[in-house]
Amino acid sequence: MRFVDEYRDAEKARTLAAKIAALCEPGRHYKFMEVCGGHTHTIYKHGLEDYLPESITLVHGPGCPVCVLPMGRVDDAIALAEQPDVIMTSFGDMMRVPGGRGSFFDSSAAGTDIRMVYSPLDALKIARQNPNKHVIFMAIGMETTAPSTAMTVLRAAAEGIENFSIFCNHVMIVPAIKAILDSPDLRLDGFIGPGHVSTVIGCRPYEYIPAEYGKPIVTAGFEPLDILQSVYMLLQQLADGRCEVENQYSRVVPWDGNTVALRAMGEVMELRPYFEWRGLGFISHSALQVREKYAAFDAERHFTLPGVRVADPKACQCGEVLKGVLKPWECKVFGTACTPEMPIGTCMVSSEGACAAYYNFGRFSRERIREVSIETSRA
Amino acid sequence: MTHQDTTQQHQADWAEAAVAEHAEENDTGHLAHATVGAAPASREQLVLERIDRARRARPRVREKLITLAHGAGGKATQSLIEAIFLDAFRNPLLEPLEDAATVTAGNVQLAFTTDSYVVSPLFFPGGNIGDLAVNGTVNDLAVSGARPAHLSAGFILEEGFPVEDLRRIVASMAAAATAAGVSIVTGDTKVVQRGKGDGCYINTAGVGLITSGLNLGVATARPGDVVIVSGPVGDHGITIMLERGELDLEADLVSDTASVYELVQGLLDAVGPDVRAMRDATRGGVATILNEVATAAGVAVVVEEEAVPVRPEVRGACELLGIDPLYVACEGRIVVIVDPAAADAAVAALQAHPLGAGATVVGRVAVDPPGLVLLKTGFGGTRIIDLLVGDPLPRIC
Repeated sequence: MRFVDEYRDAEKARTLAAKIAALCEPGRHYKFMEVCGGHTHTIYKHGLEDYLPESITLVHGPGCPVCVLPMGRVDDAIALAEQPDVIMTSFGDMMRVPGGRGSFFDSSAAGTDIRMVYSPLDALKIARQNPNKHVIFMAIGMETTAPSTAMTVLRAAAEGIENFSIFCNHVMIVPAIKAILDSPDLRLDGFIGPGHVSTVIGCRPYEYIPAEYGKPIVTAGFEPLDILQSVYMLLQQLADGRCEVENQYSRVVPWDGNTVALRAMGEVMELRPYFEWRGLGFISHSALQVREKYAAFDAERHFTLPGVRVADPKACQCGEVLKGVLKPWECKVFGTACTPEMPIGTCMVSSEGACAAYYNFGRFSRERIREVSIETSRA
Repeated sequence: MTHQDTTQQHQADWAEAAVAEHAEENDTGHLAHATVGAAPASREQLVLERIDRARRARPRVREKLITLAHGAGGKATQSLIEAIFLDAFRNPLLEPLEDAATVTAGNVQLAFTTDSYVVSPLFFPGGNIGDLAVNGTVNDLAVSGARPAHLSAGFILEEGFPVEDLRRIVASMAAAATAAGVSIVTGDTKVVQRGKGDGCYINTAGVGLITSGLNLGVATARPGDVVIVSGPVGDHGITIMLERGELDLEADLVSDTASVYELVQGLLDAVGPDVRAMRDATRGGVATILNEVATAAGVAVVVEEEAVPVRPEVRGACELLGIDPLYVACEGRIVVIVDPAAADAAVAALQAHPLGAGATVVGRVAVDPPGLVLLKTGFGGTRIIDLLVGDPLPRIC
């Protein structure tokens, strides 16, 4: 398949892996964080760690918008779905995310009308088709999806649709990276920067990372060779004594971002004073809310929300996993109390979460697999 | 963290209960974690063993209500079957949970199976619910090594359903039955109020004669065996998803619904005694079957990603939707586990039939790690193929 296969070439991967190994200083250990859940997914789905020397550890960051949604917000969303004559609409991967009282799937089984959509425009279509119902779109995601939510609100306003609103849970990646950088546990050598988010915000917002924190960052694409190449670029920066923002994903990411998308976002939304991230706690100016001007399309203004905070179980060590202090399997409840069927912590929720990716794709001993390969190639 | 202090706090009771329930295992894991001086690899190994124990524990259904995940063919379906149905109906014929049960009447061995069909939309490129209802049951009998003989057909119709649509569905069933050499010999009809059904649901049951004397079953797979699929995977599932029109994608794709009886017969005629197991890859796809093999036989299954046949249209749609084609439903494809000495002959026998033209070896059975399916990715890495938790998309068969 064009535009896909060329980024999954095993031969090129072997060449890059050799260059990566050659760049590693003997005796030094490197820890790089891939910020974006999409990267985590790619790393595990393609078995990319098989190409990295043992001295490089990839730490899986907080860039999975489904994973970082606190349980209390899920409960709020379910409370909205329970209002009379409401149709709640949501992306599919939100359906299984647990709140304090269960997930959208559970709520739907109990009788609420929750429908999966592939785009917020589909939600608007449902509103047009159901004039006697109020249709709410569960808006989640980082800067990647916020513009499409904003465009949908603008469309609804232009068409004068009165039975549509959004429950805004959009979060922003830069404050989250900053929170991680400010954490005293931090031991990172650099960042593999988010790709999809950067298509909207560009690379400039990351300039504080090398400037103020002295860590290199390379914005990367989502195919496995993209990620290997960005690891190589990070090592090259360290070897050269450079520390800067580089753009590996230049085929898609413009340095200044997408100004049309940013304008739409700015028109409809503004920063919240603070927002809770599961596993990371409250982060100032890290999320978006609907501006007063578009209050008619804000579910939080239409309805009264319970707004109850639900504490993570004490055994849950997601915060440590998100900051790279613990590997997924080092968490006490990993794989026993906390599984993809019954995720307790943030990182086990979506297939882009670090724990779910490890559980679904990487739950085996690499030592033993090497033996298996030898055995099967002999057979 | 002043916000936290001033906000009212609750705890998630279900999560606290889950932690408490696993407290003992978790302590063991914690000890492993704290073992001073142990190499990380061995600590990880201890955790993997702890997870393995948790996975082998008796399945339970914790939910108070049935959710769509219980019907998706993944882990939730498996738990429901084992914890509710198997627990109540337990008997030696049901316990293997094969596609069909083997029952004895006098000195005749019969394969007996049933399946319900709730596909939406009812009509799709390559067939309709009627084709599925006949072929699906015929195929469950065929892969059990039986010659499909007689079917029942039960209809649940919704008030207001067009008779003309019913005629088309029934005509397809008749044609599919003729093609598969089976007769529909008994049936039932119910009509439910408008809004209580989705137009038309069909249940079929079938019996077939087992004459081969073969001992087929996923539990008989052994290390060294070869895994074969009979053609490109995922055609049916992707056809249905595209036909729903929710994705605004179009592709020249048709469902692969067909009777595999002749295909299976050709295979058994050629290499019958060397065949360990056959399955038709429906809901849950090839990945789910291979997991059943790994679990039932206590072996590893190692699949080469690049060897798995997938049409470019299916691969493209899967890439866009973030779905692995190995989990997508087929309705006319079989997975065969066969002795390595007979692998070439088995592939040749399958390829001799039009439905098996794309038959190919996709992997092998290995010793370690038992109970897991591993994928050698096209990129050159290794990963697990686990059972899905649930299907993010609506029902497809």
